Amino acid sequence: MEVFLDYLKVFAVGGALCALGQLLINKTKMSSARILVLFMLLGLVLEVAGAFSYMKEFASSGVTIPITGFGSSIAKGAIEGAKEGGALGAVSGGLKAAAPGISAVVFFGFIFALVFRSHSKKI
Amino acid sequence: MTDKAEYRLYVKKNSPRSPMVRSLFAAFVVGGLICCVGEGIRDGISALFPSFSEEEVGAWTTVVMIFLGSFFTAIGVYDRLGRFAGGGSIVPITGFANSVVSPALEYNREGVFFGICAKMFVIAGPIIVFGVVSGIVVGIVACLV
Repeated sequence: MEVFLDYLKVFAVGGALCALGQLLINKTKMSSARILVLFMLLGLVLEVAGAFSYMKEFASSGVTIPITGFGSSIAKGAIEGAKEGGALGAVSGGLKAAAPGISAVVFFGFIFALVFRSHSKKI
Repeated sequence: MTDKAEYRLYVKKNSPRSPMVRSLFAAFVVGGLICCVGEGIRDGISALFPSFSEEEVGAWTTVVMIFLGSFFTAIGVYDRLGRFAGGGSIVPITGFANSVVSPALEYNREGVFFGICAKMFVIAGPIIVFGVVSGIVVGIVACLV
């Protein structure tokens, strides 16, 4: 029951963030890249403001799986880098925290693009 | 009188729901489910590797989700899901993977060098740029404060 409630919270909060994204698409005709940037910056701002850790405690993957989690880890890495590594840590901490995601996306993107063919047959 | 009320109910039940409500609902359900998959992977990783710290578990969860997003994009499933779910497939980290893998696949006919590698970040480029720049700004501010 406890587990079910946790997943329900993840579903509700994650779903709400996605619905908010859809609302922006419907109202402003934003492209997907703009939506992703906006939500990433939202996560970054929330992390800097200190609100993100509370949201994470409440909804876990509901806020970390949406791209807001990516922005939050960038901000977290930058702040930690500034505290531990001085100026160099401050400028490299953000990218360091984002490195697992960016590495994965480049690696899998490259491999899959070599192996698979595009499915859109328009061209 | 009751006939009127019944008729109104009938119309409400049978008229197509507006695309607004339908698209928001689809985004909510699909996005929520993707987040639940992520939570399941997080639970699985922390059960399999109890020695991992919370950051490590989070990073591996991201990597696995990106793998799934890339794979389902490569086999053509994710774009079909996206046509139905809209924001529900864009906002999660799998949508970020989709925005990288989709153009990489699209342009692989133009060769590995100028096709795949050059066009990979046609959509996701701004995300990386904004992420790096805002990270540096946050770091410098944190250094000064």
